Amino acid sequence: MDFDFTEEQRLLKDSVDRLIADRYEFEARKKIMAEPDGWSRDIWAQYAELGLLGLPFEERHGGFGGGPVETMLVMEAFGRGLVLEPYLATVILGGGLIRAAGTEEQQAALLPQIAGGKLLLAFAHVERQSRYDLFDVATTAKPSGGGWVLDGAKSVVLHGDCADKILVSARLSGNRRDRDGIGLFLVDAKADGVARRGYPTQDGLRAAEITLSGAKAEAVLGEPGRALPVMERVVDEAIAALSAESVGLLASMQELTVEYLKTRKQFGVTIGSFQALQHRAVDMFVSVEQARSMALFANVMVSETDAAERARAMSAAKVQIGRSGKHVGEEAIQLHGGIGMTMEYKVGHYFKRQTMIDLMFGTADEHLAKLARMGGLFGAAKAA
Amino acid sequence: MDLNFTAEELAFRDDARRYFRKEFPAAIREKVEAGHPLSKEEIIASQRALNARGWAVPNWPKEWGGQDWSPVQFYMYQDEMQQANVPAPLAFNTSMVGPVIAQFGNDEQKKRFLPRAANLDDWWCQGFSEPGSGSDLASLRTKAERKGDKYLINGQKIWTTLAQHADWIFCLCRTDPAAKKQEGISFIVFPMTLKGITVRPIQTIDGGHEVNEVFFDDVEVPAENLIGQENKGWDYAKFLLGNERTGIARVGVSKAKVQRIKELAALERVGDRALIADEKFREKLAAVEVELKALEMTQLRVVAAERGQAKGKPNPASSILKLKGSVIQQQLTELAIEVVGPFAMPYQPVEAGQNEPVIGPDYATEAAPDYFNYRKVSIYGGSNEIQRNIVAKAILGL
Repeated sequence: MDFDFTEEQRLLKDSVDRLIADRYEFEARKKIMAEPDGWSRDIWAQYAELGLLGLPFEERHGGFGGGPVETMLVMEAFGRGLVLEPYLATVILGGGLIRAAGTEEQQAALLPQIAGGKLLLAFAHVERQSRYDLFDVATTAKPSGGGWVLDGAKSVVLHGDCADKILVSARLSGNRRDRDGIGLFLVDAKADGVARRGYPTQDGLRAAEITLSGAKAEAVLGEPGRALPVMERVVDEAIAALSAESVGLLASMQELTVEYLKTRKQFGVTIGSFQALQHRAVDMFVSVEQARSMALFANVMVSETDAAERARAMSAAKVQIGRSGKHVGEEAIQLHGGIGMTMEYKVGHYFKRQTMIDLMFGTADEHLAKLARMGGLFGAAKAA
Repeated sequence: MDLNFTAEELAFRDDARRYFRKEFPAAIREKVEAGHPLSKEEIIASQRALNARGWAVPNWPKEWGGQDWSPVQFYMYQDEMQQANVPAPLAFNTSMVGPVIAQFGNDEQKKRFLPRAANLDDWWCQGFSEPGSGSDLASLRTKAERKGDKYLINGQKIWTTLAQHADWIFCLCRTDPAAKKQEGISFIVFPMTLKGITVRPIQTIDGGHEVNEVFFDDVEVPAENLIGQENKGWDYAKFLLGNERTGIARVGVSKAKVQRIKELAALERVGDRALIADEKFREKLAAVEVELKALEMTQLRVVAAERGQAKGKPNPASSILKLKGSVIQQQLTELAIEVVGPFAMPYQPVEAGQNEPVIGPDYATEAAPDYFNYRKVSIYGGSNEIQRNIVAKAILGL
């Protein structure tokens, strides 16, 4: 057991940290957000140069051959920088689905394009009624002329507004909430029958509502009808990555708050000299450390092949991240007072991003219920 | 970064697991699992079993029976011991007075006290807290006046755990009333049988008798019973408190409790199904499990960071382990009460010669006493508020 980074990992961390420090100053970030895409194609090209866009892919696919620890390092740095680019949508979710479900030909055709920064992807799975159930799919896929035609509507598709291709879950057979009968399709975003409405999310990132009206799929990924386990696995990878991003957000909020307590003076003294505030700052710190521990746990467990064990760990991580996030975020705002409420100060932006992370792939409460149904973490006694 | 244990570490863990579960006296483990308090004889037998294997004082210097273990091995030893419901060796002997004597005592004191402390031939108790000195321990007033080759000791200690069993006490006494409060304290040891010592039991809210008041009335102690230098006792006390770092979280104990709660909740019925099938109950338990898993990882991070660090150097991260670990232990006692419901109500202390059948299930008797008793874990060893002060100062720089 060794929590130290390898030399290679340290180099990766240094270069990502440096890039974020250079490009993601608070004022610079505001300008990036105001660009037409809501993020920077220029910075995206820098990620490609650094190898970040192919980080988890194998070398023969133009990748870096990195594992969960490498992804964790990058995501934590992205959290600290409040990065706006579609990394989760394109590399973690899109690239992850192609890696997990695509044929060798599909991987060889698509992954190098992602790694080179030439291809943007989005994963369209949320529907009006589905909430967080990946298997709740009303969008249909029907065979047509040797291919597939899709009909339905997808909501809150992360970075779906700018994606070149969209990965769509659609039902081939069965009832709306059956685990079987779901397929995963690759759709060109500009194909006939695809309509998109892009918008910003509360944290300044982007998403889209996507309507499919007889849209022709460009390809099917994996075995049609049996896509759910692959989707679940890739969503687990996204949860592990988001946990690491959260650690970056939480640690930043906690550090900003301590700095503020040390500098803000009232009643002739720094407010950090008040024990009531010191203890709250300590509780924030403990919350961050617990979240960091669970992000590590999630990234250890994300390569677990037993899907149930993996799901248990991801739910536990999502619970901890969500709870720690709410605690640290709300306290960070409160301890800053009025300045914490303004768009002109960084802490509120962290808080908003963290709040969105809880809403992705199941909230802390949803995952707590799921973990409880699976029998908990220790001993995992099945419910009688 | 590699979060897997090495083959050697895993082999060590398997060996520890096999010993604790297969060789260690089963009757003692069963009693601990059921939550029943151990008798003095059982505590002694337990420590002697560990000592026979060389595992009572692994944290001591090698020449006095310690083990040359890595922080990971120490962690595994504690975790496996706790999960197997094996009682830890008596902390007063093994993690408090023993390391202080080994570090600061003279050769004669080491030879005289250490082997007997390791084997629990002498039972030690701790004379630190006083009625007026709790969190502000350095304000203590128990006096030790040098009279020729003796100290004359007068004063009072409180919260002295298991003093009723103790043969010896290690005591912080004021030897220089004129000095700054931390600089006039000495670390003195003496037998509990000396003239002038009175032990008065304190019954705690769980109904049990664990702690005592100890009164010193002109107690004469040979001057050779001073450990280290006169007026340096505060440094030794800080060393002593800094020694207990990762075990303080008691993650293994809590893991064993979670298992037990799950087993018992499968036996208890709510309506026509088992309590463990109740969603609300399971979610409450799962929430504690998540915090516990996070704490386990935090503990491993502290263990890994300790490699290469000097022993006895206080690590402020242990305050986090104490803060979270204590709250988790308390939450589990609340859930244990919930498991047995109304049968947590009958007050039925274990008394010698008692033949009445237990009211309700056997496993219900300790639920409420444990809940009451465990309020102590966020108070002793530096209250959670003191731990927050430590983190605020030492880690956050506030």
